[in-house]
Amino acid sequence: MNVLLIAEYEGDALRIASVAAVGMANDVAQTTGGTCDVLLLGADASAAAEDAARYAPVLVAEHADLSPATADCHAAVIAEWVNAKGYDVVVGAATTYGKDTLGRAAGLLGGYMASDVVGHDILDGELLLKRPMFAGSVNATVKLLGGPRVVTVRSSAYDAPTANESASPITTVEVTPQPARLNVNGVASKTGGRPDVTEAAVVVSGGRAWKTSEDFENNVGKLADTVGGAAGSSRVLVDAGITPNELQVGQTGKIVAPDLYLALGISGAVQHLAGMKNSKVIAAINSDKDAPIFQVADFGLVGDVYKLTPQLIEKLAGTCAGV
Amino acid sequence: MKILVPTKRVPDPDQRVKTTADGRAIDTDGLSFVANPFDLIALEEALRLRENDGAIEVVTVGIGVEDYEKELRTTLAMGADRAILVEADAELDPWNVASALKAVVTRERPDLVLMGKQAVDDDSNQAGQFLAAMLDWPQATFISKIALADGAATIDRETDAGIESASLKLPAVVTVDLRLNEPRYASMLQIMKAKKKPIERIALSDLGLAVEPRIEMVGVEVLSSKRNCQMLSSVDELIQKLRDEAQVI
Ligand SMILES: Cc1cc2nc3c(=O)[nH]c(=O)nc-3n(C[C@H](O)[C@H](O)[C@H](O)COP(=O)(O)OP(=O)(O)OC[C@H]3O[C@@H](n4cnc5c(N)ncnc54)[C@H](O)[C@@H]3O)c2cc1C
Repeated sequence: MNVLLIAEYEGDALRIASVAAVGMANDVAQTTGGTCDVLLLGADASAAAEDAARYAPVLVAEHADLSPATADCHAAVIAEWVNAKGYDVVVGAATTYGKDTLGRAAGLLGGYMASDVVGHDILDGELLLKRPMFAGSVNATVKLLGGPRVVTVRSSAYDAPTANESASPITTVEVTPQPARLNVNGVASKTGGRPDVTEAAVVVSGGRAWKTSEDFENNVGKLADTVGGAAGSSRVLVDAGITPNELQVGQTGKIVAPDLYLALGISGAVQHLAGMKNSKVIAAINSDKDAPIFQVADFGLVGDVYKLTPQLIEKLAGTCAGV
Repeated sequence: MKILVPTKRVPDPDQRVKTTADGRAIDTDGLSFVANPFDLIALEEALRLRENDGAIEVVTVGIGVEDYEKELRTTLAMGADRAILVEADAELDPWNVASALKAVVTRERPDLVLMGKQAVDDDSNQAGQFLAAMLDWPQATFISKIALADGAATIDRETDAGIESASLKLPAVVTVDLRLNEPRYASMLQIMKAKKKPIERIALSDLGLAVEPRIEMVGVEVLSSKRNCQMLSSVDELIQKLRDEAQVI
């Protein structure tokens, strides 16, 4: 199967989610005796070409009208390229960009799509895809009945591939995008210098226990900094305006699987668990000894997060990779 | 001005699901069903937009094999003007749902299709994007804010990088995220009154369509997330476990 990977990048580097997706795409191509190309779209797409070429041959589609990225504009370019070159599979990360843009591209390509894929297998030449449903309480194995197949990959389920020793070729491709029909005015982000929850080895996450943004910042945020991790939150804090939306972990937020997920004052609703239950180690602090979070945790501590979090910060200060 | 709100019937998300004996599907026997929570958020927003502009008509549409009556009645009780039920004789995947929606859009000519970003059963997050592609309409996914004026929508989108603000011309497909609003509950009186509101039934074949599956389910496995939790008694003990035993900090 010939695979086209739609990569996202920031500056001159692929986003971590896209690197995991390259691993999946390369594996499908190699197992089936096909090829895998990485397509970079954008106004400054060539900047990330060298990084992408460490994994697979790169196609650079650079055009001013491809930035800011909008689904209608990007999807049309992707679909046209896929049709022209006859790719069998199109892969991207299951990020908001991937869901938005590859969803639309699949709509242009006949609708053979599997979202949020966490595993794959080739059986008798057939691509089997494993994907969570019902807020992650079940995994379904599905087969797409035609093509081109479009797949978004949940990056936390795939290990990042190791880069090749020699770089693959970089080719420039001419594209003529239609003007975007979503007029983007800007993106407001409040996270500051911390890593993204999907990209950190440790995620310290807070729930309804935290009453104000200051309390969250001085405890959850500070502990995240102390251990060099990311700060995350449950949905209720986002709803209450205490944390920004890009911190939300869960079915409708981000899906994370760090080495350590530390839940501070989170009850453990299924929709929250959907976003973090595959973390390698889960530790929880909650004042309620019967909180459901303890059923999915490896380590639990019953107590008040307002008392225990400052103790953790004090005892860990200067002993971790953080600041 | 007309807003079309697709409404999917899904198992109540608060139930445990199990698989059928052959392990190939979810056993829906004995499950209770509700309208997809995201769709009700889309409906709530359509109703709020109508509160600002009395000329707006809000139409809900359900598509599927099971009897949608109850879920569509809920949308009518909440305040939708009327409802359409497209009856299919086989399960529909997102492509087939989008195809049916496209046919309904061609009949109804709405200015805006406002829909949930995903259904909480299959979590596919595809139908809105497919529909926008099929119609060649602009799309805005995962919105947490919307205002309409002068034939355009001004929206906020929830993206991984933060809130994106943007605008798009109507007609358009817009999918909603959780934070847009808190859907209202219908009162007993509204539920009684909704019994008189019309539900138009259309067979999928009358729209010139047949189900053409894109996805085949090979198997399903119910996952358990239970772990053996060691309950600790102090912060010192927690640090020791995380550092020495688990080696994660
Ligand atoms: C369709 C849908 C999608 C959803 N998607 C998501 C999602 O993506 N992510 C998400 O998180 N939620 C999501 N939710 C919401 C979810 O159902 C829960 O409401 C939410 O996760 C609860 O957040 P919480 O644990 O912070 O709050 P609560 O459930 O209120 O729990 C707070 C916990 O803090 C403990 N506590 C309180 N004070 C203290 C203290 N001082 N010290 C220690 N412990 C304390 C309490 O014992 C309790 O266990 C979704 C819901 C729906 C319907």
